[in-house]
Amino acid sequence: MRILADMFLLIGATFTLFGSIGLIRMPDVYNRIQAGTKAVTLGSISLLIGIGLLYPQWWSKLLIIGLLIIITNPLGSSTIARALLKSGVQPWKKVETNTPEENSNG
Amino acid sequence: MATKPETEEGSGLADGLFLFVVVLLFWMLLTGSLDPSEIITGAVVALVVTLTSRPHLSIYSGVRLTPMAILPIINYLGVFFWELILANIDMARRVLSPSLPVRPAVVEVRTDLRSPLGRLALANSITLTPGTLTVDVQDQTLLVHWVDAPPDIDIENATRKITTKFERHLKGFLK
Repeated sequence: MRILADMFLLIGATFTLFGSIGLIRMPDVYNRIQAGTKAVTLGSISLLIGIGLLYPQWWSKLLIIGLLIIITNPLGSSTIARALLKSGVQPWKKVETNTPEENSNG
Repeated sequence: MATKPETEEGSGLADGLFLFVVVLLFWMLLTGSLDPSEIITGAVVALVVTLTSRPHLSIYSGVRLTPMAILPIINYLGVFFWELILANIDMARRVLSPSLPVRPAVVEVRTDLRSPLGRLALANSITLTPGTLTVDVQDQTLLVHWVDAPPDIDIENATRKITTKFERHLKGFLK
C-alpha cells in the first residue's frame, strides 16, 4: 500500500513538474494556460489519490477537493482565456504560416 | 426519450430538490459521519442554501434525472478520465521535446447541447482533453484554442474531432 501511494504521489509531482516546464517553454499565454491546466488537474488528482491511500479515513474530504478541482480548474482557465481574447491578445502562430501575408503587407 | 411539457413551478420544485440533495450529500461528505444530529443540521443548511439560491435554480433544468442516465454518466466519466490522462501524456511529450511541436490555432466547433449546464460540462471537458482549450461559448458555437490544429480544418471536421466523443455521452444525462 505504501509503495502504491508513493507511486501516485510521484506521478502527481512529475506531472506538476511537466506543467511548470510547459509554463516556461510555451510560446504564448494560451498555450501556457493549456499546459498549466491539464498538468495541474491530473497532478493534483494523483496527489489526492496518493494521500487517500496513506490516510484512508480522509477519503470523503479528498473526494470533495478532487471534485471541486475538476470543476473549477478548467472553468477558471477558460475564463482567463476568454478575458484575454476579449481584451485583444492575439494567439501566437508559427512564423512560416504567416510569412506570405506579412510580406504582401510590406 | 419522451419529452414532457415543463411548467414553471414543476421544474422549479424538481431543481430545488436536486440542489437540496446535492448540498446535503456535500455536507455528509464534509462531516464524514452519519450521526443523526449532523444530518439534521445538514438538512437545515441545505434548505437554507436551496431557498437562498432560488433565483438561479433554472440552471439545473438541464439535468435529466432518470435511471436511464446512469449508463451515460459512467461512460462519460470513463471517457473523461481516459482523455485527461492522454492529454497529460501528450502535453508532457510536447513540452519535453526540444523542437516544441505546436501549431496553435483558434477554431470554432458546434454543439447540440442547449442547456447552460450541458455546455458548461462540454466546455470543461474540452479544456481537459488533449491540446484543446475552450475560449468562449456563444450559443451553439464554442471557440476552441487548439495546440496542434491541422492547417486548414473546417468547422465540421473540428467538431467531429473535438466534441463528438463527449457530446455522445453528455446527451444521455444533460439537455
